[in-house]
Amino acid sequence: MADKPTLAVFKFASCDGCQLSLLDAEDELLAVAGAVEIAYFLEARTRQLDGPYDVGLVEGSVTTEHDRQRIQEIRRQCKFLVSIGACATAGGIQALRNWADVDEFITHVYAHPDYINTLDSSTSIAEHVTVDFELRGCPINKNQLVELIASLLHGSKPKVPAYSVCIECKRRGTVCVAVAQGIACLGPVTQAGCGAICPAFNRECFGCYGPKEQSNPISLATHYAATGSDRPHLVRLLRNFNGHAPEFREASDLAQAGPLQVDGDHRVQ
Amino acid sequence: MPANRTFEVKALSRVEGEGALYVKLEGDRVSHVELNIYEPPRFYEGFLRGREVREVSDIVARICGICPVAYQMSASHALEKALGVDVSPAIRTLRRLLYCGEWIESHALHVYLLHAPDFLGYESGISMAADHKEAVERGLRMKKIGNELLEILGGRAIHPINVAVGGFYRAPNKQKLRGLLPDLEWGLQASIETLDLVSSFDFPAWEHEYELVSLQHADEYPLNHGQVVSSGGLRIDVEDYENHFQERHLPQSTALHSVMLPEEKSYLVGPLARLNLCFDQLPATAREHAERCGIDWPSHNNFHSIVARAIELIAAFEEAIEIVRAYQAEPSPSRAVVELRPGVGCHATEAPRGLLYHRYEIGEDHLIAHAKIVPPTSQNQGQIEADLRNYVPSVTHLDDQAATQKCEHLIRNYDPCISCATHFLTLTLDRGERTAERSTL
Repeated sequence: MADKPTLAVFKFASCDGCQLSLLDAEDELLAVAGAVEIAYFLEARTRQLDGPYDVGLVEGSVTTEHDRQRIQEIRRQCKFLVSIGACATAGGIQALRNWADVDEFITHVYAHPDYINTLDSSTSIAEHVTVDFELRGCPINKNQLVELIASLLHGSKPKVPAYSVCIECKRRGTVCVAVAQGIACLGPVTQAGCGAICPAFNRECFGCYGPKEQSNPISLATHYAATGSDRPHLVRLLRNFNGHAPEFREASDLAQAGPLQVDGDHRVQ
Repeated sequence: MPANRTFEVKALSRVEGEGALYVKLEGDRVSHVELNIYEPPRFYEGFLRGREVREVSDIVARICGICPVAYQMSASHALEKALGVDVSPAIRTLRRLLYCGEWIESHALHVYLLHAPDFLGYESGISMAADHKEAVERGLRMKKIGNELLEILGGRAIHPINVAVGGFYRAPNKQKLRGLLPDLEWGLQASIETLDLVSSFDFPAWEHEYELVSLQHADEYPLNHGQVVSSGGLRIDVEDYENHFQERHLPQSTALHSVMLPEEKSYLVGPLARLNLCFDQLPATAREHAERCGIDWPSHNNFHSIVARAIELIAAFEEAIEIVRAYQAEPSPSRAVVELRPGVGCHATEAPRGLLYHRYEIGEDHLIAHAKIVPPTSQNQGQIEADLRNYVPSVTHLDDQAATQKCEHLIRNYDPCISCATHFLTLTLDRGERTAERSTL
């Protein structure tokens, strides 16, 4: 019992959906609980073992001064730290405050702004501490989470695809909604992992898994702008659950600033 | 026993989101009760402004990973009212089926993994599985079936992507839905076994005169539609909700705290309120088993909430089976035509944890100009504190640790959803000096 690796699950600003993914792995949950010592997981158990922990899963983004300090202590307590989900890897939907006046948000939602203690930004875990692995998604894919835990148990690097949602669409045999219907879809610049659900349901990808490596959202947004998409719509499409991820952020800021233009080679000017 | 005692839970467990409990006793008198919601605020109502109407259901889903469908449903209906959109009876039925999936997934999670351990003396469903493997595996399979229903209708279980204003982006596949029938039929039997299990639990003999509030509909157990009714005789259309219920902002909380007007009193929403107010609308099998389970309904013992959840599991499986059996053709079109225009609309649906109210104003630019969201847990927060004040004197003979556990158990009756309420909870039992600090990671 004492020899099993220990797992801890921590929550920051989030909806709970990513840690719920572990409980949603109904077929594997009891096996996982048998293979690792679930030492700290407030949503699932009352017993709390003290650290250090072998693996820490962090859900949520940093939005308070207290949490800014707490993540430092969690980093010290965890040998291998994994941020899970769009809030932890990119700041989440609550990172929309990063473009807004937070005081105005507080005044809008709460009668007594002085009771509210919050930072004016929502930031990813990696912006505060070194993260050993990031699992993308809003929400994460529970199979990827189980694969991650299994890999760590075997001492291997977790395998998650680095290609785009487009590849998953092709595999699924979905007709491209961008090409066939002219819908602005983030599939070409979004990392795979969801299984390309949205286009299969006849709608656009809105970037739940964040920018894939070496993606070019600026070029994609420019293409959509040139083919009739409304620029403010493109800004909103990019400013979703991964809106504050650098590649998406850069593209939405550019689209916000003025018309997107292309030269003859379809390069952004 | 010291004259002053504190019962404190710095980080509540087996609840969704982050909160703490603090109770202070002076002798046998409860001098202070506080549910401290330190879950950081996320400002949904702030950043929904300026977003497109079609984006709302995707965004508000992210308020809660356990009950995203509830947010999507209240939002869609409210926006449809603002836009004057009528949905077809086929879409209405499929939305009810989607909601059944969420009730199954959420209730099975709470009954088996979060709440049953309190009654059986375990710190978690994981520990409980060592002695009650069959029961925990039953709960997990029920939860999985709920999630599969959500996947077929919504594209995925957490944060479904197929909910649109006017209906669905794509009608659910008939073959896939019908393929789930054997599992749903198993689930109906499993939910009856669940009721047998939970109704055999030892419940504290403790009652409270609640003002119960839920939707009520003449022809069906409430999910998407109904009038707002209360045990005290209130019966109003959802459009009148804000004239009878208001939110207050308290210092200890990032959640707003609802009161019922004019007395500014606390009230109870959720499975116990629904079952007491809508017993006659239960589908036949659920009603038959509710009547023979050994509890006299209506019940004012909140520890019976787990029994109410089990009865609602029967109802959800029963309804899901009926809808799936009758699903002959995929509706075409899968959604009503929506023409954007300025307007205001509000709606309430029954989330697993209780009534969920949304109101939206669409501006001249056809974007969201104003959003108001009142989640079930912020409506229950005042009642949780009132319950604690009333309940604590019955546990003061216990040592601090045991008394604190009892308080935490009482809170779990509510299945509080703290992420939702942030726009919820810290438990401390103070029999002396208060420690304000959180020691947890």
